[in-house]
Amino acid sequence: MAHSVAGTLDHQPVSIPVIPVREILPWAVFGGLLLLLALYFVGAEQGAISLIQGHVVHEFVHDGRHLLGFPCH
Amino acid sequence: MTRILLVRGMLAGLFAGLLVFALARWIGEPQVDRAIAFETAMDRANGEPPEPVIVSRRIQASLGLLTATVVDGTALGGIFALVFAFAFGRMPVTSPRTLSALLAGLAFVTLAVVPALKYPANPPSVGRPATIGMRTAAYFLLIAFSVLAMVIATEVERWLHARWGGWNASAAAGAVFVVVMFLASRLLPDINEVPAGFPVTVLWKFRVAAMEMQVLLWSVLGLLFGWLAEKSLRAQRLHS
Repeated sequence: MAHSVAGTLDHQPVSIPVIPVREILPWAVFGGLLLLLALYFVGAEQGAISLIQGHVVHEFVHDGRHLLGFPCH
Repeated sequence: MTRILLVRGMLAGLFAGLLVFALARWIGEPQVDRAIAFETAMDRANGEPPEPVIVSRRIQASLGLLTATVVDGTALGGIFALVFAFAFGRMPVTSPRTLSALLAGLAFVTLAVVPALKYPANPPSVGRPATIGMRTAAYFLLIAFSVLAMVIATEVERWLHARWGGWNASAAAGAVFVVVMFLASRLLPDINEVPAGFPVTVLWKFRVAAMEMQVLLWSVLGLLFGWLAEKSLRAQRLHS
């Protein structure tokens, strides 16, 4: 029984279309970078590093930053 | 296809972020309020002036919290979709829904469990402002190690899969991840900045709430995105 399960995993007919890396790459670079920037603003801006002067961003997302586990204050 | 998956990942993440907001309001905010009450009482006892109010508590606990959870969910959902787009057809799991659930589980371990074991979430008043630079660096370094160890572990699985079979290869890959992260955690500095007298139950409940939010985020993201991805992949196959 266990054998047949392993068999289906090992010998799947290769009918799944793999998305080529050259199609993913531009999305990963531009999209990924923007998304990481968004995470930076929620998680770290005006903590150790500030791109914008002051404490407004930090104070606005304050509760979320603590509860999502990012270092704060 | 990548664009469709990316949009769907961000939508699934946005929805997950909304649910995380509701959960955070319900179980997280009471602990935040208690921690702030402790901080205020300590400041008063030490004769320090109260901290200036830049954003009111009401806004912090509503619009601010909503923004943080929704942006966090949407961004992680998008990155998750990009990882899925690459992994689909390149991993031994062929069903989109199973792959999505598996990747979400791995992401939960990599991005939530491992960092929390070394540097757990801290309520307000835990953590000295003077050490924020070191704490931020250590936290993100740990996450970088964790992601790297997970990539190495999946490569190990792929390499051993044909020789050892799926079960043994996965167990070996899991062992690689655990050992690497155990050592990496020992290398990074210990941080313990809980002030004397801070209520232990508040700290415990806060950290449990933070972990429950991560469980909700990754389960909703993994299951919802798997369903959406399966639909769009099936639609694409019909058209081509």
